[in-house]
Amino acid sequence: MGDLRGRLGDAVAALGLPRILIFAFLVLTWLVAALATDLPLPGLLRDSIVRTGQNGVLVLALVPMVRAGSGLNFGLPLGIVCGLAGCVLAMERGLAGAPMLAVATLVSLPCAALAGLGYALLLERVRGQEMMVGIYVGFGAVALASVAWLVAPVTSPDLIWPVGGRGVRYLVAVDSAFAVSISVWRPAGIAALVAVWLGACALVALFSRTLAGASLDAAGQNERLALAAGIPVRRLRRLGVILSTVLAAFGIVIFTHGQGLLPLYKAPLLMALPAVAALLLGGATIARASVWNAVVGTFLFQALLASGLPVVNALVHQSAQSAALKDFPEVARLIVANGIILYALTRKG
Amino acid sequence: MSSGGEEGGGLVLEMKGISKAYYGNRVLDGVDLSLGRGEIVALVGENGAGKSTLMNILFGMPAIRDTGGHEGEIRVGGRPVRIDSPRRALDLGIGMVHQEFMLLRTFTAAENVKLNREPLRPSLLSRALGAAGLGAGGAALATVDRAALREQARGALDRVGLSSLDELARVAGLPVAHQQLIEIAREVDKTGTKVLVLDEPTAVLAEGEARELLDVLRRLAGEGIGILFISHRLEEVLAVADRVVVLRDGQVVESKPARETSVEEVAERMVGRRIEMGERLGRPLAELRTTAPAPDAGDVHLSLRDLAVDMPGETLRGIDLDVRRGEVLGLAGLAGGGKVALANGLLGLHPGRAREATLWGRPLPLGSAAGCLARGIAFVSEDRRGTGLLLDASIARNITVAAMRARRRFLRLAALGPLALVDGAAERAWAREMIGRFDIRCTGPDQPVRRLSGGNQQKVCLARAFTLEPELLLVNEPTRGIDVGAKRTVLESIVERNRRDGTTIVMASSELAELRLVCDRIAVLADGRLAGVLAPDAPDLHFGLLMAGKPCPAQAAA
Amino acid sequence: MTEAAERLRQNLVPLLFAAVCAAGIAASEKSGAFYANEVIARTARNALIVLSLVIPIVAGLGLNFGIVIGAMAGQIGVVLVENQVGLGPGGAPEGGIQGLPGLALAAAISVPTASVAGWLVGLTLDRARGREMIAGMVLGFFANGLYQLLFLLLAGPVIPIRNPRLLLPQGTGLRNTVDLIGIKESLDSLAKLRVPLAEGGFPLLVIPVATFLVVLLFAAALAWFQRTKLGHDLRAVGQDLHVAEILGIDVRRKRITAMILSTVLGALGQVVFLHNIGTLNTYQSHEQVGFYAIAALLVGGATVERATIGQALLGTVLFHTLVTVVAVVGQELLPDRPQVGEYLRELLAYAIIGITLAIHAWKKAREARRSS
Repeated sequence: MGDLRGRLGDAVAALGLPRILIFAFLVLTWLVAALATDLPLPGLLRDSIVRTGQNGVLVLALVPMVRAGSGLNFGLPLGIVCGLAGCVLAMERGLAGAPMLAVATLVSLPCAALAGLGYALLLERVRGQEMMVGIYVGFGAVALASVAWLVAPVTSPDLIWPVGGRGVRYLVAVDSAFAVSISVWRPAGIAALVAVWLGACALVALFSRTLAGASLDAAGQNERLALAAGIPVRRLRRLGVILSTVLAAFGIVIFTHGQGLLPLYKAPLLMALPAVAALLLGGATIARASVWNAVVGTFLFQALLASGLPVVNALVHQSAQSAALKDFPEVARLIVANGIILYALTRKG
Repeated sequence: MSSGGEEGGGLVLEMKGISKAYYGNRVLDGVDLSLGRGEIVALVGENGAGKSTLMNILFGMPAIRDTGGHEGEIRVGGRPVRIDSPRRALDLGIGMVHQEFMLLRTFTAAENVKLNREPLRPSLLSRALGAAGLGAGGAALATVDRAALREQARGALDRVGLSSLDELARVAGLPVAHQQLIEIAREVDKTGTKVLVLDEPTAVLAEGEARELLDVLRRLAGEGIGILFISHRLEEVLAVADRVVVLRDGQVVESKPARETSVEEVAERMVGRRIEMGERLGRPLAELRTTAPAPDAGDVHLSLRDLAVDMPGETLRGIDLDVRRGEVLGLAGLAGGGKVALANGLLGLHPGRAREATLWGRPLPLGSAAGCLARGIAFVSEDRRGTGLLLDASIARNITVAAMRARRRFLRLAALGPLALVDGAAERAWAREMIGRFDIRCTGPDQPVRRLSGGNQQKVCLARAFTLEPELLLVNEPTRGIDVGAKRTVLESIVERNRRDGTTIVMASSELAELRLVCDRIAVLADGRLAGVLAPDAPDLHFGLLMAGKPCPAQAAA
Repeated sequence: MTEAAERLRQNLVPLLFAAVCAAGIAASEKSGAFYANEVIARTARNALIVLSLVIPIVAGLGLNFGIVIGAMAGQIGVVLVENQVGLGPGGAPEGGIQGLPGLALAAAISVPTASVAGWLVGLTLDRARGREMIAGMVLGFFANGLYQLLFLLLAGPVIPIRNPRLLLPQGTGLRNTVDLIGIKESLDSLAKLRVPLAEGGFPLLVIPVATFLVVLLFAAALAWFQRTKLGHDLRAVGQDLHVAEILGIDVRRKRITAMILSTVLGALGQVVFLHNIGTLNTYQSHEQVGFYAIAALLVGGATVERATIGQALLGTVLFHTLVTVVAVVGQELLPDRPQVGEYLRELLAYAIIGITLAIHAWKKAREARRSS
C-alpha cells in the first residue's frame, strides 16, 4: 500500500501538479458538456484530437532550441513562412492532397534549413537576447512574405487574387491529405494525422538519444562544462536553430492539411505565441523542455480551447450575445496564451 | 606605519566570538577582532580562511541572514548592535569599499560621491505635496541642487587627494586608481563614518598608485577613522598597518602589532603546518606515497615556456615548467597567484598563450579542449558547480559525457558518427562501477547530480576525468569545500591512479598540507609567476617565503 | 575619437533618415506643401506618445512595448466621454460634455486608469528583470485580450454604455468604429494657424498651434522632471541597478514609478492622437501605436539604453516624414494594391526596431563575453 502511494506520488511529481489540475479541469469541462449542454461530446473530443494533431509539430519545433540553451523560439514564423512558400509552390503546380503535402515538405525543408542557418548566425551574435531578436525576425519574415504574397506571379485559380491578375489571395483552401473536407473527418484521416505528429515526436526524442543530441543537451545545460568536455557548443546551437526552423516548416505543412487553409499574410504571427504557450503549459521552462512537454502541452492547450470555449458559449446562452461571442474564441486564446507566457517570463530563472 | 593607535580612547569596533557555518561547514570559529579610533588593522589569510565571510557579517549582507545568521557579538562604539542589512551598517557609520567598484559609469565624479545623498532644493511641487501631507513622496520632486552638490563633492575629493580631478568628469574614462579614490571619497563624505572597510584595495593598482592609496589611508586614520583592510600584499600590509590579524581556517592565529612581526612570519602563519589534517587523513595515504619510487628527472611529459593566461583574479604572467612523466606535481600559492589558471589556460576556458607548449615533445596547441582530450589530457575544474557538473542530469550522464565524444565510449552503431545512439545500459553499468569505486553516496546512477553532497559531486567530477583514461590529469582544488571522508577518498583515488596506471598528475590546491602529503614536487606560484619549486618536506618557512613572493635559499629543480 | 567625430556617430541615425527623406521628397511628384502638412499633422498627434517612451529607457527598462496599455487607458477615457454625447439633427453632436471640456474630461478619466494600469505593468516588469522588453510585449498582447473582452462582451450589460452610436445593435459590445464627434479636433481647432505659401492663398500650411503648445509643455515638464531627485534616481537605476540598490535606492519602487509615469503620458498621448484622427477603431487603434512610437524614438537617435527629449521630438518628425514618403512611393509603384503602403510602413517600423534590438543585443553579448 505504501509503495503504491509512493509510486502515485512519483507519477504526480513527474507530471506536475499544474498539468494534473488542468487535466482535471478538462475532464470537468467534458462532463459539463455532456450533462449540462446539448453539445455532442464525441464532436468535442474529436475536435480536440484533430487540433492537437495539426498543431503538434509546431510546438515540437520549439524543443530543440530550448534544449540547446537558446530559449523559446519566438522566431517560429520564419520556418512557418518557408513552409507556406513550399505549399504555395506545390499548389501552383496544381497538386493537392498527399502529393501536395509531400512536395511542399520536400521544397520547404531545404529552404527552412538555409533560413535557419542565417537565423542561427544572427542569434549567435546576440547571445542572451535571443527571444527578443527572435520576435523581430518573425515579424520581419512575415512582413517580407506578405509583400511577396502580394506580388507573387501565381497563375493557379486556387491561389490567385480575384482582382488584378497577380498575388495570392487571403483565403486559400487546401485539399487535405488526410481525406477531409473542412468539417468532415474520417477516423482513418484523424489516425493518420496523429500518427504523423507522433512520428515526428518520436524522431525528435530519438535525436536526444544520439551522440549529437546528448552533446546538444549538455551544451544547453552548461556551456562551460560542454566547452571543457570538448563539445562544439556553437555548432550545436546552430544545429538547434536549424532543426527548430525545419520542424516549423514541416509543422505548418501538416497544419494546413489539418485546418484546410493556408495561414497567409499576418496569420503566422498568431501561431507563434500559442505554440510557446502550449509548450510552457506542458511543463517546459525557458531553460528546459522535452518532447513530453510538447506532447502533453499541445493536447492540454488545444483541448482546453476546443472544448472549453464551446462549453462557455453554450452556458452563457443568450442569443443576443451570440454574435458578439463569435470573436470570443480568438480573444480567449489571446488571453490564455499570453497569460501563460507572461507567467513563465516572470518566474525566476 | 601610521601614528594612529588607540588614542582618543575606546574601540570603534569590536567583534567577539564570531562564528558562522554554511550548511554544516564551519567557516568562522570564534573570531575576535577589534579596531580602535584612528587605528589601521590589516586582515590577512588564504582564500577560504573566512575573511570575506567576516566582512559580509560586518556589513549585514543578505547572504549571511539567508543562511542562518551568525553567532557572536558586534559592538560599535561600545554598544552592542545587530547588523542585519547594509543599510543598518551604513547607519552605524560603517563604510565599505568593495572589490568591484560601486560606481555609475556615466555619472560624474561629483554625482557618484553624493549618490543618494544629493543636496536638494525644494520645488513648487515638493512644497505643495509636503503641505498636503505627502512629505516623503514630495521630497522626490525636489530638484537636485547642482551647485551645492559640486561644492560638497569637491571637498570630499580633496580629502582623498583628488584635488586635481575635475569633479564633473565622467567616471567611465577615469583611471582605476581614481575610481577607487572616488569610492573612498563617497564613504568619508558621509558624516559619522567611523569605520572604513576596504577589500583588497590595492589588487587592481600599480605600485605607485598603491603607495598613494596607502598615504590616503594614513591621512584618514589620522582624522580618527578606524580602517580595516584585507590584503594579500604582505609588504604593503606591514608598511601601513598598526596591527596585523592572520586568519586561517576560520580562526585567528595571530594578532600582533605590525612592527613586532615580519613578512616571513606572517606568511608562515598563514600557511602553517596542519599536522592534524595529515593524521586525520590516515596512514594509508602516506603509505601509498612512500612505497613507490619517486620519478627522477626522466621523460618530460608536458613542457611549458612562458605560459601566460588571462584569467580574471588568477592571471598567469609567464611561467616555465616541465612536468615529468608519472609524477604528482603540486601547484601551490596564495589566492590570486595563478595556480588554477594553468589548467584553465591549456584547455581554453580562459585565453592563454605560450612561447612553447609541448606534450611528449610534440607541440600542443593551446585553447582547444577537444584537442587536449584527444591527446590524453583530462581536467577537473575548480568550479565544481559552475563548470564541473550538469546539475540536472544524472550521475551516469555526468560521468560519461566527455568520454562519449572523446573516446567514443558508451555508443551503439558508432559508425553513424554524431548520430550514433547512446548506450544507456552501458552508461549505467559503468556509472555503477564508478559509484562503487569512489564510494559515491547516492540512490543510483540515474539520480540527478544536484541532490548529491559536495563531496560526492566532486567524486563524480573525478570519475568523469578517470573515464577518459588520461595520461595527464590536471585537477584544480580537488578537496575544496568537501567533508573529510570525501577528501580522503578523492586524494586516495588520485594517488592510486598515479601509482597503478602511471598517470601524470598536476594538482593545484590551496591546501598545502594535502599537497605535501601526496606530491613528489610542489611548484609555488605567486603573483602570476613561478616563485620556485620545493620538495614536499621542505620547511614551512620556505613555503611561506615563496608564497609571499620573496626569494628562498634552497629549491628543488624546476 | 575626436569630439566632432563622436557627435557625428551619435547622430548618425537621424542624419541618415533625414537624408533618405529628403531624397524621397525630391523624387516624388507630390508638392512640398503636401508633405509639410502631412508631417505637421502627424507630428502634432504623435509626439506626446513618443515622449512617454523616454522615461522607461532612462530608468533602464528598455523600450516600453507595454505602452499599448497606456493607449488603452486613454481610449477608455475617450469612450466614456463620447458615451455622453448623442447624435443630433444633421449629424451634429448634442448633449453631454463636448469640445475642449470633453477632451479635458477624457484626459482626466484616463489619468487614474493609466496610473493603476501602469502600476500593474511596473509590478510585472520588475519581476521579469533582464527580460523587461519581451515581458512588456507579451503583457501588451495579454492586456489587449482583456481589453477586447471588456469592450466586446461587457460593454452594455455590465459596463454602463448605452449610447446607440457606440453600442452594437444587439446591445452588447462596442462598434468597430466610433465617430468621435464629441471631442473631434477640439484642441487642434483652438488655435489653428493657416499660412498661405503662395499668391492666391494656395497651397495652405495648416498648423495646430494649441496642440503643439501642449506637446511643448509636456516636453518642458519632462525636462524639469529629470532634474528632480526622482528623475536623478531613475537615471541611476537605469545606469546600474545593482549599484543603485547597494547604495540604498529602492530600485523596485523607482522602476514601478517610471512605468506609471510612462503609462499615464501614453494615455494622454493617445487621447490627443484620437482627437485629431477623429475616429476610434475600437479594437485596433491602439495596437500599432507601440511599434510606431518606438520606431519613431529610435529614428531620432535613441537606443535601448539612452533617450532624450530632443531625440523623441526629432524622431517623431523624421519617422512620420519617412512614413509619408514610403506610403506615396508605395502608391506610385503599386497603384492596384492600396494595402502595400500599410505593409511597407509596418515593414519599416519592424526593420528599424529589429535592427536596433539586434545591435543592442550584440553589444550586450560582447560585454558579457568580455567580463566572463
